[in-house]
Amino acid sequence: MQNEYSYERYQRQTILKNFGDAGQLKLTQAKVLVVGAGGLGCPALLYLAAAGVGIIGVVDDDVVELDNLHRQPVYITQDIGKSKATTAAAYLKLLNPDISIIPYIIRLMSANSPEIVREYDIIIDATDNFSSRYMINDLCVLLDKPLVFGAVSQYEGQLAVFNVRQNEEEKTVHYRDLFPEPPNAGEVLSCAEAGVLGVVPGIIGTMQAAEAIKLITGIGQPLVNKLYTFNVLNNQSYELELQKKEGSDALVPPTLETFRQTDYDWLCEKTNNPFEISIDQFVTMLDYDNIEIIDVREPDEMPDVFDFGYKKIPLSKLKENINRYEKEIVVFFCQSGQRSTKAAQWLQERSGNYKSIYSLQGGILNYLKQRQEQKL
Amino acid sequence: MKLRVILFGQLCEIIGSSSLSLQGITDIKGLREALQKQYPSLATMKYIIAVDKKIVEGNMPLDEKNTVALLPPFSGG
Repeated sequence: MQNEYSYERYQRQTILKNFGDAGQLKLTQAKVLVVGAGGLGCPALLYLAAAGVGIIGVVDDDVVELDNLHRQPVYITQDIGKSKATTAAAYLKLLNPDISIIPYIIRLMSANSPEIVREYDIIIDATDNFSSRYMINDLCVLLDKPLVFGAVSQYEGQLAVFNVRQNEEEKTVHYRDLFPEPPNAGEVLSCAEAGVLGVVPGIIGTMQAAEAIKLITGIGQPLVNKLYTFNVLNNQSYELELQKKEGSDALVPPTLETFRQTDYDWLCEKTNNPFEISIDQFVTMLDYDNIEIIDVREPDEMPDVFDFGYKKIPLSKLKENINRYEKEIVVFFCQSGQRSTKAAQWLQERSGNYKSIYSLQGGILNYLKQRQEQKL
Repeated sequence: MKLRVILFGQLCEIIGSSSLSLQGITDIKGLREALQKQYPSLATMKYIIAVDKKIVEGNMPLDEKNTVALLPPFSGG
């Protein structure tokens, strides 16, 4: 544990009333885990490192891609293809050589997460999918760890602090008190589907760092038992008060052992998606003559694909085109597989078992990625 | 009586605005029915209903002093 720090480096914050040297010492001794080094993780990491948090863990198994750079300014164009966790860690070390940065090039799963999360005081959820969010939430409940939650969509962001007790008797509130169960496939679009303005995760991720700093140093009022939302288009914010919901704790695995055996990917996606076909399955099916492929994205959505023939019928226009699904096998695709699942559900309800209806897993982005990796 | 309803995330896209002013709504049940009738695609969306910044489950009476919010979960990061 570090007890010394550069007075000059932190002078502008140590002169703050209520913060002082005592606040700085607490930051120096703190251990914060940032799960996800993407749109939310980058700003959170920058400010936590700059503020002098003693030990920062960075978890991400992904590599830097060109379409990340508009919202992940820790990375530069030359970093494309490099590990996010190691690239971010190297940059943060240059920013502040006095602190320790520990990169974890793994996807945090129920099987590998307890050992890592246990080592930290505060966990920052900067992930981009429900499977990871529910997994991290449940683990933080089980290990009684404060969780700083952040999430974005398009022009809006959400922020909350979970698992922090304001008094001894109080039951802690967590994500399942807000949304008890993960949404079904297609009910909520991801950033790959819906888009996101780069500054939105910049704002929310920075606020996540601020909440962590407040929790560590004890200044101000952290967003405990509240969900804060912000819309960058009209600068409107909204604060929802959260209460303990009956039955929410029963949705969390009862022990660490059962947690480890819980498959969150399956809980969050697979159970609800009987339509999904893999890219490999899809490529095999391309040789059939009784197959109809339909792009349900809006007319101007990119990228285009020229490898196979298909019709373009946006999700919003499916009904008007009910007579155009002529063949026995219908495969819908979209950007990442969510809208195509909706389309498949819709058509299944109308055509019963007369057709075989599918949705391309991971959408056209997944198809192009696999093609690029020459798996096809 | 006009009830103010504020919307978040993709619900704004479905409804075409970030807020609504609805006439003749007296409870949550009536609100759900009115929204469902006017915006059928809401049925495929997941969201919570809050009245005056508190989550509401089941039915409760509403009047024009209340502000209702419909909030979906966000997954992006």
